[in-house]
Amino acid sequence: MVTETREIENLASQEYKYGFYTPIEAESVPPGLNEEIIRMISAKKNEPEWLLEWRLRAYRHWLTMSEPTWGNVHYPPIDYQNIVYYSAPKTQKDGPKSLDEVDPELLETYKKLGIPLEEQEMLAGVAVDAVFDSVSVATTFKEKLAELGIIFCSFSEAVQNHPDLVRKYLGSVVPYSDNFFATLNSAVFTDGSFAYVPKGVRCPMELSTYFRINAAKTGQFERTLIIADDNSYVSYLEGCTAPMRDENQLHAAVVELIAHDNAEIKYSTIQNWYPGDSEGKGGIYNFVTKRGKCLGVNSKISWTQVETGSAITWKYPGCILQGDNSIGEFYSVAMTRGRQQADTGTKMIHIGRNTRSTVVSKGISAGYGQNTYRGLVKILRSADKARNYTQCDSLLLGDKCGAHTFPYIEIKNSSAQMEHEASTSKIGEDQIFYCRQRGLSAEDAVSMIVNGFCKQVFKELPMEFAVEAQKLLSVSLEGSVG
Amino acid sequence: MLEIRNLKVKAGGKEILRGINLKVNVGEVHSIMGPNGSGKSTLAQVLAGRETYEVTEGEVWYDGKNLLEMAPEDRAREGIFMAFQYPVEIPGVSNLYFLRSALNAIRKHRGLDEFDAMDFLTLAKEKMGLLRVDENLMSRPVNEGFSGGEKKRNEIFQMAILEPRLAILDETDSGLDIDALRIVAEGVNSLRGKERAIIVVTHYQRLLNYIIPDYVHVLSEGRIVRSGGKHLALELEDKGYSWLEEAEPKRVQVV
Ligand SMILES: Nc1ncnc2c1ncn2[C@@H]1O[C@H](COP(=O)(O)OP(=O)(O)OP(=O)(O)O)[C@@H](O)[C@H]1O
Ligand SMILES: [Mg+2]
Repeated sequence: MVTETREIENLASQEYKYGFYTPIEAESVPPGLNEEIIRMISAKKNEPEWLLEWRLRAYRHWLTMSEPTWGNVHYPPIDYQNIVYYSAPKTQKDGPKSLDEVDPELLETYKKLGIPLEEQEMLAGVAVDAVFDSVSVATTFKEKLAELGIIFCSFSEAVQNHPDLVRKYLGSVVPYSDNFFATLNSAVFTDGSFAYVPKGVRCPMELSTYFRINAAKTGQFERTLIIADDNSYVSYLEGCTAPMRDENQLHAAVVELIAHDNAEIKYSTIQNWYPGDSEGKGGIYNFVTKRGKCLGVNSKISWTQVETGSAITWKYPGCILQGDNSIGEFYSVAMTRGRQQADTGTKMIHIGRNTRSTVVSKGISAGYGQNTYRGLVKILRSADKARNYTQCDSLLLGDKCGAHTFPYIEIKNSSAQMEHEASTSKIGEDQIFYCRQRGLSAEDAVSMIVNGFCKQVFKELPMEFAVEAQKLLSVSLEGSVG
Repeated sequence: MLEIRNLKVKAGGKEILRGINLKVNVGEVHSIMGPNGSGKSTLAQVLAGRETYEVTEGEVWYDGKNLLEMAPEDRAREGIFMAFQYPVEIPGVSNLYFLRSALNAIRKHRGLDEFDAMDFLTLAKEKMGLLRVDENLMSRPVNEGFSGGEKKRNEIFQMAILEPRLAILDETDSGLDIDALRIVAEGVNSLRGKERAIIVVTHYQRLLNYIIPDYVHVLSEGRIVRSGGKHLALELEDKGYSWLEEAEPKRVQVV
């Protein structure tokens, strides 16, 4: 028992596989934040006047806001004047026209990350948009998708080529004044992905964006906008990594999803930003606002996230269930180890009648990791017969880590049905021994038990991603025993 | 194959095993009986490598190796299998997946090829038929929501797949209905052979009608107080353990 506990606690030096840095010539703006910088970013991206105005409104609003302190996370003050708000690989200034124009160094980087961008090498069935620091460097399978009328491109391209769509939907789910980090993003966002699936189209492949922070002292502020028109379906995947650095880097993204009548959006994330070293030095501050709006009747939005990286994670992917009979889902695995902190959960806002939401959260804490589930379920007066099911489980590995649960429930309609289940358990010494007695190593035992604990969430992920997630979790747990 | 010499074990500050001596040869079946709390499970768990217990004295040799120095998984890979008195639940992990991983870990250790999912399924189906294990149980998470009897049967199913050299069954018969008992006994008997040995911990003579032991040992207060042939079990059933307590505890060695 004594040794087992010590083994479990011994979470010292797992390796972060993606911690390399690509030496590539970058073009960036000087550090600091002011209207000048924002104008510079907007000009570099050749943006229309209305977008610059929108950014400036956001910036001016941001100046009046203060950083939120209610999260159960702790970090030294961030110096917003010491961040570089725009960095782009130099060769990519005008954006590549085709993959042949993409810097080979960049293609190599993505290959190293396990994401080959050459279409012939790619998994059929996944179209990838790769965002490197502040810009999108490649989007694959674009033509094939275009045949179906599906738009999948970088956000910057969407601004140039589909300004009406962008203007109509940008900020319609997360207004520029939403919260400190979303407002900051609105002022300085640089790139991200854009997808539009037209009426009646079922997107035949997974759309995927791969985010990579490379440059030092750079913040990444991407903006993703996905619109599923009536009777359409799209599944979207997002993955993220960053080099290992001693200083912390800020990642403040905004994702907006809009589902029209009978449309469905499935959004999956595997977040593996650099978590910092075992002492808590370095790592990404992942302060992200993600929200979907089920605008139409019978629409559905599902968030599935596997959060294993980042020094601090602060995100609450939520759903506004506006259309009658619309459905919101949130499936989450959040793992903290070393000195990682996560404060994550969801917001389900029920507005329409017969709206339903499901929340399944699995928190795993090891080492000195702190894991907080924070979830809001709000049922407005108009939401007759709304239903919510929330299940919130925490698993502790060792006794220096922590799990915390803050469920908030606001009900304005008495016909609502709510179900809430919560559990906290320690990984059982008896479970580990049982596995070892059958010949499995202690490490494989822990990884198997943890993966079993996450099963409910993993089964929501697209196949290849589920395999990836399991591997990632196992790698993250390496060194946690033995 | 197995030799236990003067084994003393403590847990929670309390001495539980107080000098166990036991020798088990290849091909033999030994039965260990004894009142509740006498230390039977403790002995089984110590042999399997449970770290909750502290060995304060004595030694255990298994196939010429110092067993107490081996990690639990290495003992398993070298052929020791323990059927748990209280099998453990592992939510979210399917029985078949669990067992295939275990079998492959053992095969890898022995330098054999690992089984892929298809090969394994073929093997599993064969054993399921043999032990009349419900296929539905196999795709369910390990022991989760299994009835008491189903858990016990699952232990024997695992044993049948892993084909240990030394199997230690800790009260596998408790909680089994008559039919299940017979099936489990058949499973155990089919493993019986020249290259294996089996230790059966039980409270009931009933099981020993099906699995006929070569030796019966009675454990009481952390010591083996009596050893004998299969008739000892019958005698015990007749007279109860108090009959033995009147007798002088003495160290018995079976060769
Ligand atoms: N971890 C522990 N800490 C303290 N005492 C323990 C521990 N494990 C076992 N014991 C005690 O040691 C004694 C022997 O327990 P054990 O489980 O080996 O008995 P058993 O012979 O298997 O009994 P049963 O027939 O009821 O299964 C009991 O008194 C038990 O309470
Ligand atoms: Mg017992």
